[in-house]
Amino acid sequence: MNGARVEFRGLRRRFGSTVALDGLDLTVEPGELIALLGPSGCGKTTALRCLAGFEQPDEGEVLVDGADITRVPANRRDAGMVFQSYSLFPNLNARDNVGFGMRVRKTPAARRHARAQELLELVGLPDVGGRYPHQLSGGQQQRVALARALALEPRVLLLDEPLSALDAKVRVTLREEIRRLQLSLGITTIFVTHDQEEALSMADRVAVLRDGRLEQVADPATLYDRPATPFVAEFVGAMNHLPGLLSGDQVTVLGQTLPVEGPRPAGPEADVLVRPEAVLVVPDGEGEGMVVVSSFRGSTARLRVRLGDGAEVLADVPGHDSARLAPGTAVRVRLVERPVLVSARTATGVTAAVPEPDAVA
Amino acid sequence: MASLTPQVTTPAVPGTAPARPGRPRRPRVWRGVVLLLAAVYFLVPLIASFVFTVKAPDQGFSLDAYGEIFSAEGFAGSLLLSLGLGAATIVIVLLLTLPAVVAVRLGAPRWRPVLEVVCTLPLVVPPITFVAGISTVLRWGPDYLASTPFYQTIIAVQDPGFPIVLVLAYVVLALPFAYRSLDAGLGAIDVRTLSEAARNLGASWPHVLLRVIVPNMRSAMAGASFLTLALVLGEFTIARLLSFQTFPVWIYTISGAHAQVSVAVSVFSLLITWLLLLALSSAGARQRSGS
Repeated sequence: MNGARVEFRGLRRRFGSTVALDGLDLTVEPGELIALLGPSGCGKTTALRCLAGFEQPDEGEVLVDGADITRVPANRRDAGMVFQSYSLFPNLNARDNVGFGMRVRKTPAARRHARAQELLELVGLPDVGGRYPHQLSGGQQQRVALARALALEPRVLLLDEPLSALDAKVRVTLREEIRRLQLSLGITTIFVTHDQEEALSMADRVAVLRDGRLEQVADPATLYDRPATPFVAEFVGAMNHLPGLLSGDQVTVLGQTLPVEGPRPAGPEADVLVRPEAVLVVPDGEGEGMVVVSSFRGSTARLRVRLGDGAEVLADVPGHDSARLAPGTAVRVRLVERPVLVSARTATGVTAAVPEPDAVA
Repeated sequence: MASLTPQVTTPAVPGTAPARPGRPRRPRVWRGVVLLLAAVYFLVPLIASFVFTVKAPDQGFSLDAYGEIFSAEGFAGSLLLSLGLGAATIVIVLLLTLPAVVAVRLGAPRWRPVLEVVCTLPLVVPPITFVAGISTVLRWGPDYLASTPFYQTIIAVQDPGFPIVLVLAYVVLALPFAYRSLDAGLGAIDVRTLSEAARNLGASWPHVLLRVIVPNMRSAMAGASFLTLALVLGEFTIARLLSFQTFPVWIYTISGAHAQVSVAVSVFSLLITWLLLLALSSAGARQRSGS
């Protein structure tokens, strides 16, 4: 089983007055797991459905290994899909669900059952073959759905938020298993998600979409450390915008002078982008900062600190420090000594588009 | 009719729930009252009919009237005709409605109200108007067309052995019931996701319909079939006015001569209908449980 190269070229799709895809260009390398990440309505699911054949783009084309499949009917495409909602056929047991595609292709029953059993073992459910979907838990159903999608040995695997209906613990184990399986099979996989933690932890590369256009596509570490646009910076993780003064290769922020990395805006006044985990907070009776809110997350705690000039900054501190950094504590704030990104001056403040993960790759 | 099947309701015994005041118990009492009223409403005429059929003037109790049903002339013929018409109607109405409902739900959800109105329309057209229209159409074929296929078709659909024209009329009458039942059944499954999953696994549209949608709609289809069959077995106006000897028409015909026998036949046909309902709904239920 080998992965195919998938290319989206200038994909456009509009539903009435809303534009779902606005000239999307993206190439997925063979064997790669790419995550399409973005807020709802950004077009990520539409892109996936164009590849599956459930949606026709108004313009542009979808290529698999160089062949244009834009007009190929959905049932003749070489892509297995796992859906967001539970999609197992309620009238068939797990084994027959997995064997459905083989049955369509008229594979003899004995071979079909053997192969279905093999796949159920692959997804870690060797004993549920005779059970019906309503007898399976949500996580088991999605595993069976994954086995079903892999049954025909497709060269592309499409995952449309397959974990969003599951509870947190199952979600984490299942995503690790999907990744393990994907790596061992070497199948090109496109994973649609609105959960940045999922995207960053699973994908080889993450494509951030916004309003039907590609904002940035990069490996998770680059995406997190070097967001190409303010939107990406704010959508992936939380980001502090702190006022700073540029001078040459250096920027002065909160009384510290740090080297600048990447492009720098023209004027001397700039926003310095700092992740919450790069903000150090120390209790200090003389300090001019004050902890306003503290939310404990186990391994870390996220603090909202009000500075002397009224600006607020988010800081992640180790969980065991949260007791001595309770709201109301006077603190001193410092930044980790490392190169920082700066952007043109906007409104000062803290931005976190979505609930962000505690620790990211 | 459902109210006639024995329902095990635990009657609220007054005074057994000391801690809580009567409030939560109330609905139960009312449920019982409503059930009782409905039961009386349905059972009284039925019992009266039954008593009438078994009460002979001289010797008290006798089942002779029921025995006479089977020997009465035309019984078997008319019953078989009605059952045949029912079967044909069910097949056609399902073949028409199911793909239409699925297509509208998947492809053009905005057209759903239109389909709903179209399918409900037969309910508001009085049967007498309907049959007047049908007979007018049937009289169209003027004699000089006698040798054309058109004329022969008109003759053929009126074959008293198996009047196709009745099937067509019944299909129209059954549309509202079939549509409601199938639409509700379709609402219970995620048709879009299931059909997309099947398409993704290589299934063609007919395959999706037959192997994915139909098996998951067995109970809805059984419901639609039953309502259609009940309708056909009870339809009198159209068959009578077009002069076909269906079962209800036959009951009416013999009622003049043998009043007791005709009522016995009515009770008997109710019984048949219930048995069919039971068979169909248990078939549907077995599918639901999935094993």
